[in-house]
Amino acid sequence: MTGVFTPVFFVLLLEENSAIYFSRPRAYNELIIEVSNHSFSKNKDVIFVQTSASPVLSASQVSRSFAGKTILSDINLEIMPAETFGLLGPSGSGKTTLVKMLAGIDAPSSGEVKLLGTRLPKLSMLKEIGYMAQADALYNELTARENMEFFAALYGLSGKRRTQRILETAQLVNLEEHLGKRVQQYSGGMKRRLSLAIALLHEPPILLLDEPTVGIDPLLRQSIWAELKALNERGTTVVLTTHVMDEVEKCDRLAMIRSGHIIAEGTPAGLLRTTGAATIEEAFIQFGGEAK
Amino acid sequence: MRTWAIMLRILRQFRRDKRTVALMFIAPLLVLTLMNLVFNGKDYVPRIGITGNSTALAAMLEKQDAKVIVYDSSDQAEKALQGQEIDAVVSAGNHKAPAIRLEGSDPTANRSVMELMQSALSGQNPGADAAKPEITYLHGSGDMSTIDHLGPVLIGFFIFFFVFLIAGVAFLRERTTGTLERLLASPVRRSEIVLGYVGGFGLFTIAQALLITWYSIKVLGIVMAGSFGYVLLLTLLLSLTALTLGTLLSAYANNELQMIQFIPLIIVPQLFLSGLFNLDTLPDWLAACRVVMPMYYGAQGLSDVMIRGQGWSAIAQSVYVLLGFCLLFTVLNILALRKHRKI
Repeated sequence: MTGVFTPVFFVLLLEENSAIYFSRPRAYNELIIEVSNHSFSKNKDVIFVQTSASPVLSASQVSRSFAGKTILSDINLEIMPAETFGLLGPSGSGKTTLVKMLAGIDAPSSGEVKLLGTRLPKLSMLKEIGYMAQADALYNELTARENMEFFAALYGLSGKRRTQRILETAQLVNLEEHLGKRVQQYSGGMKRRLSLAIALLHEPPILLLDEPTVGIDPLLRQSIWAELKALNERGTTVVLTTHVMDEVEKCDRLAMIRSGHIIAEGTPAGLLRTTGAATIEEAFIQFGGEAK
Repeated sequence: MRTWAIMLRILRQFRRDKRTVALMFIAPLLVLTLMNLVFNGKDYVPRIGITGNSTALAAMLEKQDAKVIVYDSSDQAEKALQGQEIDAVVSAGNHKAPAIRLEGSDPTANRSVMELMQSALSGQNPGADAAKPEITYLHGSGDMSTIDHLGPVLIGFFIFFFVFLIAGVAFLRERTTGTLERLLASPVRRSEIVLGYVGGFGLFTIAQALLITWYSIKVLGIVMAGSFGYVLLLTLLLSLTALTLGTLLSAYANNELQMIQFIPLIIVPQLFLSGLFNLDTLPDWLAACRVVMPMYYGAQGLSDVMIRGQGWSAIAQSVYVLLGFCLLFTVLNILALRKHRKI
């Protein structure tokens, strides 16, 4: 097995080739019940069992204001290892501001953000995060490979390992044939995929993606989601923002944000149950109504 | 109707962008004022040193409104000439024609001295066919043209101008396209970004300085009396100053157009006060502004090397001041990036 693992509590060997890995839970309100089956190879059968709780990324009583205008207020979040956490909200709700603080680029006006137990912003913690901004932050004059080489170097990747990671991540997003092209010639979707590949370059334990699937066709969106889920299973925590409601159901948990407040938080199924709504969209409107 | 709507929209856009409005109204005034001061300034009053027995000539020159300084020995006069304290030395014998030695690096001063001498000499012995004075030059020669005088200043100007604009726009793009934010999401230090820019542009500007200097000297045939290495050193420092100033000011521009608006504010005044025109004709308060202008030091140093053929001791001050500007702007850049990331 390869990849980054959620801290394993203990391993129970069943037979010669199978084992149960006890790890920290994705969400502590989901108890130990989440048992899943994954075949990593023909001979091995691995079962994850999740136990006690400790968030990888947390925000407590976070507020952020710019020039006297409050963008976010009293945000409390706990993001668990290896879960996909969605931030859902209309544009202008403060999602991007929150992601920037979770990424350690911006500092909260009050409250604190902690990554793996360390208070942000802190320079050395930035390497733990793979960040994909809302705007494709790419150098259009350069080729895709040159862009990747540049960002890989910023994260301290060099030599063979850099070449290898560039190839791996490019394959992941289906761009290996277009690496030599200038980004200028890329379509919107290709740029988005390249940004994702760049965020994955240094194998960060936490991925922060701001609207990762905007402008990407449905087929590709599905393959990106499949990849995010695969990363989850290898222990990577994924935090993403979206305003596409049908994407939200693929998240393990989500927080709904409106006008700088979290109006609801929970599993998609749980949120539907609470409101009795048929879709997440309806649920969002119901929570929004209560907030007024 | 639609025309009206468009007009209204444009006027509204202007109202939102008060800076552009201010620039459109105030910048032309500023530039016009400078040109007025430079071109309509007082007539240049040459400073003439006199050696030998020539009280009559001294009186004559003073009557022509020249500043006359009498030196005991010709060595003293030569030193003053080298120190640019005086524009020319006139050594007059009793019976032979006076010898004029010009400092020579500024054609305006040369012309002014020559005109004055002519009218002074013809006034001294009217009617008599005035013996032709013997003329020598400390720097340059009689056929040095205005472009030779302006060459070093213009080399400094073009390097400063283009590096300022290109570096400023590059850094601005970094901000507006979101790549700066992406950079700051990586564990890169703020100082690493600034120094990366200095290094990258530094290499680029060495090539630029080489080309411009080579072209000016070899192709345009501008006077080059000193060492090529010193010219390169000065142009490099000047371009690094322009780079760091450009990236610093790009923080105060929201788009490329606003970056261009800095030209009349930052670049043009420096051009006027950097030695393109003789600064002695400017009001003192305006001439004093040049001490904060990097291009003044660059142009001074370049003139010293290229026209006067001087070495390290002459340009050391310019080099240190330019280095100081570079360091100051670099530190300010690093601090300015705090706006985007606190750490």
